[in-house]
Amino acid sequence: MSAETKEFKIKWGMVIDIDKCTGCGACMVACQAENNVAPAAVGGNKLRSLNWLTVFRLSNRKPFPDHEVAYLPRPCMQCGKPSCVAVCPVIATDKREEGGIVSQIPPRCIGCRYCMASCPYHARYFNWYDPKWPGDLSQALTPDVSTRMRGVVEKCSFCHHRFMKAQELAVSQGRDPYDLPDGAYITACTEACPNGAITFGDVNNPKHKVHELIKSPYAFRLLERLGTDPQVYYMSKREWVRREGDNYLENEKTGEPLKKLG
Amino acid sequence: MDYSKPIDAELFPEGCERCSLTKFTGWMAFLGVFFLWGLYAAVRILAFGLGETGMDDYFGFGLWITLDLAVIALGAGAFFTGALRYILNIDELKNIVNLAAVVGFLCYTGAMMILVLDIGQPIRCWFGYWYPNVHSMLTEVIFCITCYCIVLILEFVPLVLENRQLMKNRFIHALAHNFHVYMPVFAGIGAFLSTFHQGSLGGMYGVLFGRPYLFREGFFIWPWTFFLFTLSAVACGPMFTVLVCTLMEKITGRKLVSWEVKELMGKVGRTMLLVYTVFKCLDSFTWACGLLPVEGLTFDQMFHGWIYGKWMFWLEHALLVIPLIVLFIKPMRQCRPVFYLMLFLVCTSITINRYVLTVQGIAFPVMPFDRWYEYAPNWAEWASSILVISYAAMVLSLAYRYLPMFPQERELNK
Repeated sequence: MSAETKEFKIKWGMVIDIDKCTGCGACMVACQAENNVAPAAVGGNKLRSLNWLTVFRLSNRKPFPDHEVAYLPRPCMQCGKPSCVAVCPVIATDKREEGGIVSQIPPRCIGCRYCMASCPYHARYFNWYDPKWPGDLSQALTPDVSTRMRGVVEKCSFCHHRFMKAQELAVSQGRDPYDLPDGAYITACTEACPNGAITFGDVNNPKHKVHELIKSPYAFRLLERLGTDPQVYYMSKREWVRREGDNYLENEKTGEPLKKLG
Repeated sequence: MDYSKPIDAELFPEGCERCSLTKFTGWMAFLGVFFLWGLYAAVRILAFGLGETGMDDYFGFGLWITLDLAVIALGAGAFFTGALRYILNIDELKNIVNLAAVVGFLCYTGAMMILVLDIGQPIRCWFGYWYPNVHSMLTEVIFCITCYCIVLILEFVPLVLENRQLMKNRFIHALAHNFHVYMPVFAGIGAFLSTFHQGSLGGMYGVLFGRPYLFREGFFIWPWTFFLFTLSAVACGPMFTVLVCTLMEKITGRKLVSWEVKELMGKVGRTMLLVYTVFKCLDSFTWACGLLPVEGLTFDQMFHGWIYGKWMFWLEHALLVIPLIVLFIKPMRQCRPVFYLMLFLVCTSITINRYVLTVQGIAFPVMPFDRWYEYAPNWAEWASSILVISYAAMVLSLAYRYLPMFPQERELNK
């Protein structure tokens, strides 16, 4: 059975301006530290290291002097129609909370990795080993985020604990926890980006900056043609970068097939 | 006491000869070496986790899932032959249905063993029943496979009870008889369960709309791969049973099943193969020319280098079409080496199909800026796979030696 698109009043989204990204990796480091992502062993298999957010290098594949590169940070897309949720046999991943974040429940996960096979973005990671925290690193763990055990899948949660904290603060101040002001809840990667390439907010809320950014003619989403309806948007004024965001036949113009699909 | 016979001759099926116990023990010890090697790998995997394997985040599925899908398809002879024998009353099949049930039992229990190793948290394997996601094809697979495994145990038990010495006990004799009376019920339940989970295994891939290599449209909630998996299983299942039987004949030097029965099984498999091949070719065509372009992709992009080359795609199809033609031509079909070769080629094609969907399907980099990675199973995956194969060979050897699996054996070896 295929998944269905899930709609919420609040839809947390991210807009990443690729033209501002230098590929420094600060977002990756911030994410690792914030979410207690266990460090990989030195010299280990890179396809087994846990990176909830990975920066990919894009190239226009032209020779010098026309060669250009760009960097694309890829967190979990928190898809509106997540391929992973429908396939999980034990409901260890779900999308039903206001905000539209795709949850992952490590104590429920049986480690079958079917969700990993379903995700075209490779946003899901398996704990191949017991998590190890060298030296005193375990003293620096974030208390709000549980660590994960060997044999389960994990992924980016849009720093969900920050969302909960922002809601708690709003409640304590007598504000509506479902109408957070712009910037009251942002992810660690958004906060860490030195160039301000990442903007985070509620894409359904006109008071949030992302609401306007996603309407930009330069905005696009990854692999939109597959119908996953991601909540992460990218922006670039360079057409070749936008074209790298999806698969196109040679005769197709960038973005055109999506208009046809409506 | 007849000293010319093996020491355990009293346990043999009535009127059947078997090799000496020493020779048999040597054979079991030979298999036991592989079994122990696999057991060592399995213990390491359970103790230290899946880091012991060659899989990674790009290849969460690998040799094990390929093996699981392949043996479940090849073991489909159990339900299909059982349904033909007990429900459609094709009487000749009684001569091979016991073997089909044992092969099915071994394939399914073997697959279950591998699945226990393959999940990251084996201790949570019961979660599939406790927290089922009714939308997941894998949930259906978990339920149907375990239920069908129970049915296969129920089909295997009467055969065990029919051991010559056990049958001397009146209660066991009566129990075995009653099991036989209810066998059509088990065959019916088995056919229902097996049809569904064979299909669901295919459906598991077809529903992956994020994976253009695998995604298929379909009928109602079932993608076309659901039906293709069922059809391919009923085509290759009877063929694999015949191949196992022939291999046993070669090893033991005794005739176990008559040629007519084998040919009948081949014809049954061939008919199903015809249906499967037509739909498979249609599926491949609509995928390449219809589905992929909609997703902005071409057929050529689905393949890469040698290991992910197109040769595998064409080989899979050729190994369906060639045997299909040959098995329809009577003189060629009746040439026994050609007949067995064709059955082997069909089983190979189905195994390639399961491999391609499992490994190549997830190897295709969907994001344009991503790249193809390669996967090679490591020793632990090979060893644990061999564990299952050696387990099957050992149980089959014991069953052949002590259980009346082949009603025609005495007659054919006079």
